[in-house]
Amino acid sequence: MSYIGSFALMLALGLSAYSFLAGFLALFGKDAASARLGETARRAGIATFAAVLLAGIVLVLAAFHDDFSIAYIRQHSNRDLSMAYKFAVLWSGQEGSLLFWSLLLAGYGFVLRLRYKTDQRLFAYASVIIASVQVFFLLILNFAALPFSITRGALPADGNGLNPLLQYPEMVIHPPMLYLGYVGFTVPFAFALGALIMKYPGEKWIHITRRWTMVTWCFLTIGVFLGAHWAYAVLGWGGYWGWDPVENASLMPWLTGTAFLHSVMMQEKRGMLKVWNMSLIFATFLLSMLGTFLTRSGVISSVHAFAQSSIGTWFLVFIVLTLAVCSFFLVANRSHLKSEHKLESLVSRESSFLFNNLLLLTVCFTILWGTFFPILSEFVQGHKVTVGPPFFNRVAVPVALLLLLLTAVGPLLAWRKTSVESLKRNFLFPAIGSVAVGGMMILFGVRPWEDPSYFYATMAAVLSALVIFTVISEFLRGGRVIAGKTQQNLVSAMIQLCHRNTRRYGGYIVHFGVALVVIGILGTPFNKEVETEMAFGDKINIGPYTLVCQSYTQDDNPNYGNEWAIINVFRGGKQITTMYPERRFYKASGQPQTIPRIYPSFREDLFLVTDVYLVYEGKNETTGRPIIKAHLNPLVPWIWIGLIIMVFGTIVALVPNAAVVQVAVPVPTRTPAHAGAGD
Amino acid sequence: MRERVTEMKFWNLDLALKGRGGSGPQRLKPHLTRRTCGAAKAAPFQRKTVRRALQTLILTAAVFLFMGAGDDSARFKDLGHRMMCACGCSQILLECNHVGCTYSDKMRDQLQAALDKGNNDDLVLQGFVQEYGPTVIAAPSATGFNRVAWIMPFAVLALGIAFAVHIVRSWKNRPEPALADGIIIPHGSELDEFRQKARKETDL
Repeated sequence: MSYIGSFALMLALGLSAYSFLAGFLALFGKDAASARLGETARRAGIATFAAVLLAGIVLVLAAFHDDFSIAYIRQHSNRDLSMAYKFAVLWSGQEGSLLFWSLLLAGYGFVLRLRYKTDQRLFAYASVIIASVQVFFLLILNFAALPFSITRGALPADGNGLNPLLQYPEMVIHPPMLYLGYVGFTVPFAFALGALIMKYPGEKWIHITRRWTMVTWCFLTIGVFLGAHWAYAVLGWGGYWGWDPVENASLMPWLTGTAFLHSVMMQEKRGMLKVWNMSLIFATFLLSMLGTFLTRSGVISSVHAFAQSSIGTWFLVFIVLTLAVCSFFLVANRSHLKSEHKLESLVSRESSFLFNNLLLLTVCFTILWGTFFPILSEFVQGHKVTVGPPFFNRVAVPVALLLLLLTAVGPLLAWRKTSVESLKRNFLFPAIGSVAVGGMMILFGVRPWEDPSYFYATMAAVLSALVIFTVISEFLRGGRVIAGKTQQNLVSAMIQLCHRNTRRYGGYIVHFGVALVVIGILGTPFNKEVETEMAFGDKINIGPYTLVCQSYTQDDNPNYGNEWAIINVFRGGKQITTMYPERRFYKASGQPQTIPRIYPSFREDLFLVTDVYLVYEGKNETTGRPIIKAHLNPLVPWIWIGLIIMVFGTIVALVPNAAVVQVAVPVPTRTPAHAGAGD
Repeated sequence: MRERVTEMKFWNLDLALKGRGGSGPQRLKPHLTRRTCGAAKAAPFQRKTVRRALQTLILTAAVFLFMGAGDDSARFKDLGHRMMCACGCSQILLECNHVGCTYSDKMRDQLQAALDKGNNDDLVLQGFVQEYGPTVIAAPSATGFNRVAWIMPFAVLALGIAFAVHIVRSWKNRPEPALADGIIIPHGSELDEFRQKARKETDL
């Protein structure tokens, strides 16, 4: 089986190399022979997908059939692993995850090459660039990180098993989502670089890649949040974000990708920020690669990182080369990227986008800086320092709050210029509402002056409320106009409004989701925790809840042995649920793992929902009693609801508009005399 | 921690005095100051308002930056969140819970013992640095080269703002693009008429 896989990868490398070289040569010619050569390159690109898919299928089948003659399967699987986790073996280790990356890239390339008729020339450029990235990954898979290498010596009876941390249902979908996001940014990157190299006229490349970018961004968003949820539900420390370098690596391209999604609107609508947008999409792609480099090079220590290996050098060389190519074309073709309009007022949608980008990039830089500072410190001072959560919280949170303010304010500003009168009209209701929220928090006992974290929580609540009220007021105002004209009820009118401009109103829904996520995060300073050993009938009081240990026991199955406690949860004297915090001991890997249990109190407190979070910390060996740690995490479920709304908003934004509104605008004449400096 | 609070209170008092109309003799005659300025001089009044707003802002920032917990359990929580577990799990000391960790329990006991001895925060942290190395502190200190870690993000933000302002200025100074033949941009009352019409039709 390993021979088929290895052959498929070698074939894929040959095909992608042909696709790159033939495609590259075809770009220079305009005759029929060049067109034919280009067509063969396109078909080779399509065939690459088939070959990489074959390699992927072989690896999954090897996992299903417990083929421990393949070293990768022996290291990451075992006989008693369930089928879903055997499928997840594909991305559970270094070599497999690179194969998975390559497969997704080939899949994106496959779709792109099938849709080439949209604009053959631009697609040909994009196809060559994607083929070059594909060649890079296939070179690694064939020469540095071989997924089909053979097990040396005698075949073991069983494999080492999958890392226990990965044996959780979300791990079957979190990495694919994250990778779809990382890899997906290769497509807008390829179009952007292609458009820059060929000096593509107009902004059509942005229209072509808009959906690609949004879908990719959506996948990355889901991936990042699923990662946070996995950390929350599996690691058992009661939190969801630890500013781990690998978490940071996933957040950085998300931030630049978000900045790109906003600023690209300025290019579409006003022909501005062309250099900036190019730089942003280049940065997003490079940061995706940097994330991969970080996890695989061993330059930083992280619980997520793969084992240290030589492929870090490959990535470093690739990143430097890509940076050099992008920088060269940005400088060489800068005249092509001149702005067509000017900014007329600081109080305008354009300037809000400008500052939104600035803040997003500041957060991104802070994360990048914090991630690499230990290396810099070692170089300068001779010793490493830790840059952990306190640093990121103190630096990134204030900037993020400013960003939240812009999220509220930006959509209410008009393009070009906004009058004071319109500002007053648009902001009155949201501002009163958000101040009222702040007042209510103080009324209910939050004292922002007592602790910086309470201050930030109050500010975050006020600004989130501002975002929510802004979005609601926008929907209500637009809905009322349509309802007045069409005699529909308000809800139908708002749906129609949404359908008329899906991108705008989908975006508002995403903002609404972001505000909910922030509300979920701002509960952190109010977390509570208690840790104690529990005998039968023992109680823990935490917040309004009483936890009673009904029993504790143990069990065994072929994959793992486990012990768990049975805890009844009471509130106001009434039992509301029973929870089973658990600890497992995986037999194949010989590793223990805690399985926390979470109860979100939606039935008891709809808006101020709180997670009751129980962890089986271990067992007192003398008494045999379990040690239970109970956390009360207010508002956390809003984070996951916020994610669902963000995804829904993105889907709405992807739906085509119901009707195209045509507006006559002055057409600028492009003459060198009137063109200004670049942006 | 106690020293910090005292310093903040002193600052608070100072600003409060200034807020009532300046320091020294000026403060004794607020009505004279007002009469001298006159209602017509709006600019100094605005400057004063801005100054007061700035003072309030600085005071608020100071309050939230320097206020801290006083009692031992809060100090334990605070210090425990300023250190990493030394086992290599990359988790904050009080958040490390991985099964079989041989460091976190011991470190927590050491922290509690240091607090019971009455050591101040700096002494407690120094003790941990001596035993576990500088990486035990969860964030760079504000001394020496480590200051760069804290300054750089804000410096980049400041540079970014300066760059954005520069861009806006250059855009503002840019000449209007030429229009295609036959297109006239409305101005004055004509433009107001269009705006009125658009507002009426969209109510936006």
